[in-house]
Amino acid sequence: MRNILVLVRKEFLQIFRNRQLLPFMTVLPVVQVILLTFAANYEIKNLRLGIWDLDQSTSSSQLIHKFTGANFFQKTDLINNQKKADDLLMRDAIDLVLVIPKDFEKNIKIQNSPPAVQFQINALNNSKAGIVQNYASAITQDFMSDVRGNANTSASPKIIPVTNFWYNPTLNYKTIMLPGIVAEVMTLIIILICALNVVREREIGTIEQLNVTPLKKYEFILGKLIPFWFIGHFIFWAGIALGRLIFHIPMVGSLGLLELFLAVFLFVPLGIGLFISTAVETQQQALFTSFFFIILFILMCGLFTPVETMPDWAQWVNQLNPLKYFVEVNRLILLKGSGIAEIYPFILKMFVYGIGINALAIWRFKKTS
Amino acid sequence: MKKFYAFVQKEFYHIFRDTRTMMILFALPIALVVIFGYALNNDFKNIPIGILNQSKGQTSEKLIHRIIGSGYFVVEQTLEKPQDIPKAFKSGKVKLVIFFPTNFQQELYHAKKAQVQLIADASDINTAINTTSYVSGIIGDFNTENGRENSAGIQVSTRMIFNQRLLSVYLFIPGVIALILLIISALLTSVTLAREKETGTLELLSISPISPYMIIIGKVIPYLILSLLNSFLIILLGIFVFGLPMVGSVALLILACFVYTVASLSLGILISTRVETQQAAMFASLVSLMMPTMLLSGFIFPIESLPLPLQVISNIIPATHFIILIKSIMIKGAGITLIWKPFSILIAMTAVFILVSIQSLKRNK
Repeated sequence: MRNILVLVRKEFLQIFRNRQLLPFMTVLPVVQVILLTFAANYEIKNLRLGIWDLDQSTSSSQLIHKFTGANFFQKTDLINNQKKADDLLMRDAIDLVLVIPKDFEKNIKIQNSPPAVQFQINALNNSKAGIVQNYASAITQDFMSDVRGNANTSASPKIIPVTNFWYNPTLNYKTIMLPGIVAEVMTLIIILICALNVVREREIGTIEQLNVTPLKKYEFILGKLIPFWFIGHFIFWAGIALGRLIFHIPMVGSLGLLELFLAVFLFVPLGIGLFISTAVETQQQALFTSFFFIILFILMCGLFTPVETMPDWAQWVNQLNPLKYFVEVNRLILLKGSGIAEIYPFILKMFVYGIGINALAIWRFKKTS
Repeated sequence: MKKFYAFVQKEFYHIFRDTRTMMILFALPIALVVIFGYALNNDFKNIPIGILNQSKGQTSEKLIHRIIGSGYFVVEQTLEKPQDIPKAFKSGKVKLVIFFPTNFQQELYHAKKAQVQLIADASDINTAINTTSYVSGIIGDFNTENGRENSAGIQVSTRMIFNQRLLSVYLFIPGVIALILLIISALLTSVTLAREKETGTLELLSISPISPYMIIIGKVIPYLILSLLNSFLIILLGIFVFGLPMVGSVALLILACFVYTVASLSLGILISTRVETQQAAMFASLVSLMMPTMLLSGFIFPIESLPLPLQVISNIIPATHFIILIKSIMIKGAGITLIWKPFSILIAMTAVFILVSIQSLKRNK
């Protein structure tokens, strides 16, 4: 025990002495979290509409009026040929071209011939295109029921969907992004420092010196992990506290429970870093391998893209993604106020994962040093 | 010139001798593109939902059947009473609960309209918005079909330009390419130079007859070739495995890769001149480049919805412009007249990076 404490003290001294590295592990990640949270917004804004009206009738201008008055499109361009439309689409200057063909008004007046419109949507961003399409269809349907009157619609029974958004009624992205980004940045730093630290000692040969001391392997490794465990805590709670101050992120559940999860969780990225360090030769290799895992973890954790839509094999691999669990636990505790009963399986999983990966790393460590 | 040539040759030896690093350099990017190409998508399917049906009538059953039949949803849980809803959400099992109240059928029969509650777990906002709007759409169709007379029809035809099948790889692959290339190139150079600093070999070089400019160029050339090879490999993968189109000019695409790679490499050099150790170089490149590039380049969040100060930052991130270039050239087939701007911005950035690096290098000397 005393041995570990001495080693922990030595590691802390080394960390604090390194003035160039210290900000990268402490202040900068927290600053970055705050900055990036401001970016967290998928809201589709500033859509631009192109209008190509071939009918030039009262009805067509009514439809156009519906589109421009909807407060959804910020800018409108008038178009009079396909070349112009293509050109604007190509330059990303418009998102939707509304084409109203000839005889639009004539067809409205005749009962049996439905009028037609065409949407040409810039679909480079598929989710944006989906939203534009839904919105444009809704406006058009709305226009039609205005024109035809709703005499016959009220006769048939109608089911009205009423939407409720629980846990985040204002649909504020920042409330969930901030804790997620904090967890991501923290994991990134922890894996990286842990992987690099051990490899560096091996590269410059100081590990040999430690090998001749009476220090046991597990003492050596714990001595390495504990300081980083504290750094992880610092990044996480500093980020969460600032998030509370700046973005007023909700904290419905118990912070003690979140801390309990964090305390267990941190051994997973630490173990991963340690494991990487045993599998590579140089710091550069350690870095690229860490980068590989970090980017996988970050992009597949469910914060930016949904987890449910991944193919089965990816979901299966994703079971090994520690961040996936963290993002889920953040949502459960901070937004939904879940208690120990719901969180306990997550803690257990992290516990098993942490033990497994660290055991693997220690086993490999013996062989390499 | 001969000296310079010898210097470049030495650099090549240095790099290609280290087979393990070479393997990592090529295997990792490929693995990443493959994994992300398949796994990352925002296609809407398999959303777990819960059903709470207190209505005894047929209509609710029919509607539920219809919703399941759409293929977008999987019924994960059947709830008994409204009190169960919080529990279902707190366990994280379902994303949406569709709740038919007891009087649903009677209301529908007598009042000709009845409410159905769509309760979404908005702790996952995108899914909440999508699920509710899809279910509302299905209910709308259901209403139209049931009201036979209701011929408020208008024929809407939709053309999805540039991406007919609305594939999300069009969005994700260019972003992944930009991110990987930037990180790899910037890391490679910054770490290499920092290592020379750490081990003292840079001092040795600075007393050699080669000028600091030549030292920089000599260091960049081998990595430029490596990174370019990497970028072609990744793009070919995007085309042949993930069906990314290649509408525009190949020469322009190569030029874009070249310009972007040079910009990333010079950014790496800039970082290396500002740090003392390899570790500092690594942290500086990975910590300060990875997340901002991911989140501010238009890869994850749309640039137009960023707040203004972040839009400014977004514009000084090289990846932002490269993503525009790749999309414009590969997917839209844009010519140089449309994309000279991102090109010139990248070139200007490179010039700034290199000038500042040379200044730092001179000062260090």
